[in-house]
Amino acid sequence: MTSYDLFDLAVRNLRQSKLRNGLTTVGISVGVASLVAMLSLGVGLQQLATRRLAGSGLFDTVFVTSRQDFRGFDREDDAKQPHPDQAPVLDEAARTKITHLPNVTEVEPEIRVMGEVMSNGETHFGFVTGLPMSARENEAFDNLKGKFFSNDNADEAILLMDFAKELDPKSPESLIGKDITLRYGERQALSSEQGSSGVAVGGSDNAPSSGDDYGFSVVRKQQPLRVVGLIDQEPYGGMRTVSRGRIFLPVRTTERLNMVQFTDMRSSLRGASGKTYMTLTVRVKNPAKVQSVQDAVNQMGFRTFSVLDATKSLRRFFTVLDLFLGIFGSLALAVATLAIINTLVMAVLERRREIGVMKAIGASDSDVKRLFFTEAGAMGFMGGVLGILLGLAIGKAINFGTAIYLTKRQLPPEPVWSMPPWLVGAAIVFSVVVSLVAGLYPAGRAARLDPVQTLKYE
Amino acid sequence: MPRAPEPVPVASNENTMSSTQVHHSTAAVRTENVTRHYPMGEGLIRAVDGVSLTIEPGEFVALLGQSGSGKSTLLNLLAGLDRPTSGSVVVHGRDLAKMSAEDLARYRRNDVGMVFQAFHLISSMTITENVELPMRFAEVDRAERAQRSRESLERVGLGKRLEHRPSQLSGGEQQRVSLARALANRPRLLLADEPTGNLDSRTGEGILNLIRDLSLSLGMTVVMVTHERALAERFAQRSIFLADGRLASEEVRA
Repeated sequence: MTSYDLFDLAVRNLRQSKLRNGLTTVGISVGVASLVAMLSLGVGLQQLATRRLAGSGLFDTVFVTSRQDFRGFDREDDAKQPHPDQAPVLDEAARTKITHLPNVTEVEPEIRVMGEVMSNGETHFGFVTGLPMSARENEAFDNLKGKFFSNDNADEAILLMDFAKELDPKSPESLIGKDITLRYGERQALSSEQGSSGVAVGGSDNAPSSGDDYGFSVVRKQQPLRVVGLIDQEPYGGMRTVSRGRIFLPVRTTERLNMVQFTDMRSSLRGASGKTYMTLTVRVKNPAKVQSVQDAVNQMGFRTFSVLDATKSLRRFFTVLDLFLGIFGSLALAVATLAIINTLVMAVLERRREIGVMKAIGASDSDVKRLFFTEAGAMGFMGGVLGILLGLAIGKAINFGTAIYLTKRQLPPEPVWSMPPWLVGAAIVFSVVVSLVAGLYPAGRAARLDPVQTLKYE
Repeated sequence: MPRAPEPVPVASNENTMSSTQVHHSTAAVRTENVTRHYPMGEGLIRAVDGVSLTIEPGEFVALLGQSGSGKSTLLNLLAGLDRPTSGSVVVHGRDLAKMSAEDLARYRRNDVGMVFQAFHLISSMTITENVELPMRFAEVDRAERAQRSRESLERVGLGKRLEHRPSQLSGGEQQRVSLARALANRPRLLLADEPTGNLDSRTGEGILNLIRDLSLSLGMTVVMVTHERALAERFAQRSIFLADGRLASEEVRA
């Protein structure tokens, strides 16, 4: 029999007992709907969590430190490696090398220095932090008052609201657009003559390659800055090794000002050549590439840190959650499967004579089997489509309900339920496959019917 | 499967007869010592018990006997609906006992037409759809199917009631539909199981007249099971009597 005839006969047969087949189809659709609703809830919750975490800027970031610094950070790891003194330093050359690694979009030093802001004749102490332009995407800037830096080298500052209140307790917002003066320590390299005077720590005697080898001095400097914005919380931009930043400058500006950093003291002791970084913050194209970048940087001999391990356990959690939601949702579909089997077995009993006639006039066993399979598959398909629609309705209701709940608690409404397009296709295919499996027994039973017996008694 | 576009089907049905098989036997049907036994509790029912008979092409044969004489079982064996316990059933040179289930289905589809006492039409289908059903199994294309079902129904005198359902027809008319359906795939052998059993005598005679005319015009072999001896003697060329699953006697019409 051709596929057209098979389908035509199957639909004709299904329409013969509209109520029974209709109810069975509705049963399948309820099963599919519950499965789809549950899985979509899992997907929605996962997206919600990912959205929250991606906004924190954690997932595409690798922090790089030299193993010479932060010794004892990971003693087990240290034991396996050569002595930290042998480890490379995080200098300009290393930064350039990391910048050229595949999938790296940005490498910025973490700059966090002490500074003082002069305002109305008073001085206010705060840590100054350099921010890359990409920090704009960070969720800390969701509630930015004013605007972001105009470029990465501008003489502009964004202040933490707490700090702004310290400067102007009455109307901190009025600071936006005003100029403030930042007082900071500038790092100035010493020449070899000065170095030999013994003020600074010297390098090796026989190969002085640059003035920096002889140490540096710290000179107090002032820099006028225009306040362009205010934020409520510090963006996650580094290891937060020292203290909360309260004054934010474009990262190039901080580098240009050559502010003296804590690590400068460390590297002067070491007598290494040139300027080194405490931490480099490496932004990766997407979270999936974090591991490969991390491996490459480790290969260079540096210590890296990312929250990839945290995402791994998060992903494991959602896989388990999806599994449980899926099992829960499948229960209804399992019941629907029994309904299909029941309906088709009834149909086989009812149509015994018809099956016998079909065989007598030339239908093969496989024709009969395929006919019942097609009927099961058609019910599964229709149940799948109906189930998707029903599932969508349930999802809308869930999102509507959560939105009301969140709004009542003064929280921004957020969807917790999301049906990905692949789930639509997968649910329909799954529904058809489950129906076909359910049709196995009835179809086999129909195919095995003995035409002589079925036609005998009238 | 290519078919010659012929308005009236003729006996030589090329698509079902391969040239290698024709040489073996010229008989339409030949059974040799065929038996069909059923287990029944502890014992065995010998429904057909060693029947050997030969039916020539184009012959109209009646199988007669009491209920339980084995005539319907023998017919089912000829139809390929049942398999013999032993012996052979050779139709158009092919032994049905040696065919696979799939081949038997194909044989029923293409070589045999069946008419039943209870008509066995499918009530949810129009009579045209009923006649088209065997052609669906034979994968005849839709246009040809429509044409051939109309021809078949016209041939049995129901050309004006193509869209009626079986329930809207009288018993005699339903049996005509059943006959038209049996002819749909242009079989060379027509098997009729008590075709007049559910009909009054006048209507029954009409049906048998029709079967005889079709047999003559199409050159079709007919085997009819009946218990009405008078009808058999009037229409069949030969009457074969069965008793307890065995051949009892045979009468050839003069």
